[in-house]
Amino acid sequence: MNTFYTRWLGGRQGSMGIAILALLIFAIMPMWLDIFRLNLVGKYLTYAFAAVSLVMVWGYGGVLSLGQGVFFGLGGYCMAMFLKLEASDLTSTAHQTTPGIPDFMDWNQITQLPLFWEPFHSLTFTIIAIFVVPAIFAYIIGAAMFKRRVGGVYFSIITQAIASILTILIVGQQGYTGGINGITDLKTIHGWNINSSSAKYILYYFNGALLIGVIMVCRYVLSSKLGRLLLAMRDKEDRVRFSGYDVSNFKIFTFCLGAMISAIGGAMFTLQVGFMSPSFVGIVPSIEMVIFAAVGGRMSLIGAVFGTLLVNYGKTAFSESFPALWLFLMGALFIAVVMFFPNGLAGLYEQYGSRLAKLWQPLVRRFSKAPAAVVPPPADTPPSPPPVVRKLADKPVAAEPLPEEALRTRRPA
Amino acid sequence: MNAATAEASMKKEFILTIEDLTVSFDGFKAVDGLNLYVDKNELRVVIGPNGAGKTTVLDLICGKTKATAGSIQFKGKELTKLAEHEIVRAGVGRKFQTPSIYENLTVFQNLEISFPRGRGVFGCLTFRRTPDVVERVQQIAEEIQLQDHLEMDAALLSHGQKQWLEIGMLLMQDPELLMLDEPVAGMSVKEREQTAALLNRICKGRSVIVIEHDMEFVKSIAHKVTVLHQGKILAEGSMESVQANEKVIEVYLGH
Repeated sequence: MNTFYTRWLGGRQGSMGIAILALLIFAIMPMWLDIFRLNLVGKYLTYAFAAVSLVMVWGYGGVLSLGQGVFFGLGGYCMAMFLKLEASDLTSTAHQTTPGIPDFMDWNQITQLPLFWEPFHSLTFTIIAIFVVPAIFAYIIGAAMFKRRVGGVYFSIITQAIASILTILIVGQQGYTGGINGITDLKTIHGWNINSSSAKYILYYFNGALLIGVIMVCRYVLSSKLGRLLLAMRDKEDRVRFSGYDVSNFKIFTFCLGAMISAIGGAMFTLQVGFMSPSFVGIVPSIEMVIFAAVGGRMSLIGAVFGTLLVNYGKTAFSESFPALWLFLMGALFIAVVMFFPNGLAGLYEQYGSRLAKLWQPLVRRFSKAPAAVVPPPADTPPSPPPVVRKLADKPVAAEPLPEEALRTRRPA
Repeated sequence: MNAATAEASMKKEFILTIEDLTVSFDGFKAVDGLNLYVDKNELRVVIGPNGAGKTTVLDLICGKTKATAGSIQFKGKELTKLAEHEIVRAGVGRKFQTPSIYENLTVFQNLEISFPRGRGVFGCLTFRRTPDVVERVQQIAEEIQLQDHLEMDAALLSHGQKQWLEIGMLLMQDPELLMLDEPVAGMSVKEREQTAALLNRICKGRSVIVIEHDMEFVKSIAHKVTVLHQGKILAEGSMESVQANEKVIEVYLGH
């Protein structure tokens, strides 16, 4: 239980962040918004997976991937292929030249389902593929680059190029991928209509639960020795190497983990929005994901979610009135965040959060009936052992709490 | 036949055997046909003027630089073909010239990371701070006199303490060959004395190679001194014999 609290939830501060996020996703949003807007928030929350993955890869792993859209897309396309096959049953495609294959294939004079589409008839295979396909792809990219010690800006450029290549490939192979329109008209999972209101609610909640689950998994990874190693690698990579660690393996692992997290987001996107297209794969969406993470704070998993929600809220609000200006505004936002708030929303919270709490405390004291409870009683605590011994003894031997907030404070801004 | 086995048995006595080691950077031979033999439990000091190739030799042994030609054998294992982390796992530890520690981690965490267990990705994910880890960290911390600063951020240590911490991180690995690049650079006189005492303690049970400029310090620790000059060995022997060597005097005064 203690391990769960300190490592999966991130201790007192970490679990508070998760609690606030859960309250927002599961209670406030559904009560406040109608199903159309809630579905929109659900869509934003799928982008949050990509932002969270960037916190891991960029914030902690120290390599900026400008190709998270690739993995988002791979996850999304895997899901879309299953849904499309189910939507293309013999009766609903009876009017086609070749019934039983997706409509866009028929339009492109393809008369037989391509071999790589076949296994996506199975939901189990699809769910496995959503994790495994992006992970393998990330492993190949990661191994090719990190084993050769490619990093920094070169890594970013190559990932961006990959995003571009994959988009071109998808658009070019229209008969196999649906081309620029993507895979559309998705309807059911095993007969369950994903477009009904009730399904949208269920998918929204499922998505929220997955997101919080993913954040907890990331917390666990970061609180392990691997998390400390990632920090150590950012600081002195050679020292880590000459302490007997194969540095590239840790970068590959983080990159693969990030790919899988993005892919979950992509799959949930397909389910909630009802289609998948190359416009969520390429350079622009990949860079948008980086902006979400930067605005939220690239060292904060929870911050990344709030950053995503905030930027997308801005996008929706502004692009309704000034569609042409939005891209410029987002560029300006990115520059402003990098220049003035390098730690994003999470950094602001860190800086001003404690002051807010101080303002808040007198109010709490006034309204609470037992003011003594706020101040811990100093008298009846047992005499403390010397500081070092106490600090070591306090911690569970099995685990060490390392909430990300604690790590952030150690880093000079 | 007999001669060959005799030679092989002779080689076995050395923990480190470097033969005909050469490395050239765009034609410049930083290390040129070097032969160096280090005994078990020996503390060897390598001295030489700037640019003599001292640090390059350590880089070659630990795999940071790849040799152009020649061989480096550690306990009969060829090191030139191994990756850096494999050389470390074989039992070679290396301290860098400038203190190379993780400033944003605590002293305890710095030492813990160097504990030789769970060095793979999944080993790291499942690594547990068991009592033996804590005990070993405490023991090393006492050795390097940082036992009262375990929970302090390493960035806050003094320069000398950072140097000790890095030595401590190497001791956590318990290497059979320890290589230290100018361990007392930038230290006060008192810190130098403490470091000399520390080195004299830790060289028991392992071989140590130290690069150093400070002659007083060299005298206080060295078993045997090797003088490098322009990538080659100029002289080798006891401190007194090396200091009396005319070639050595000329090289040092000439610079």
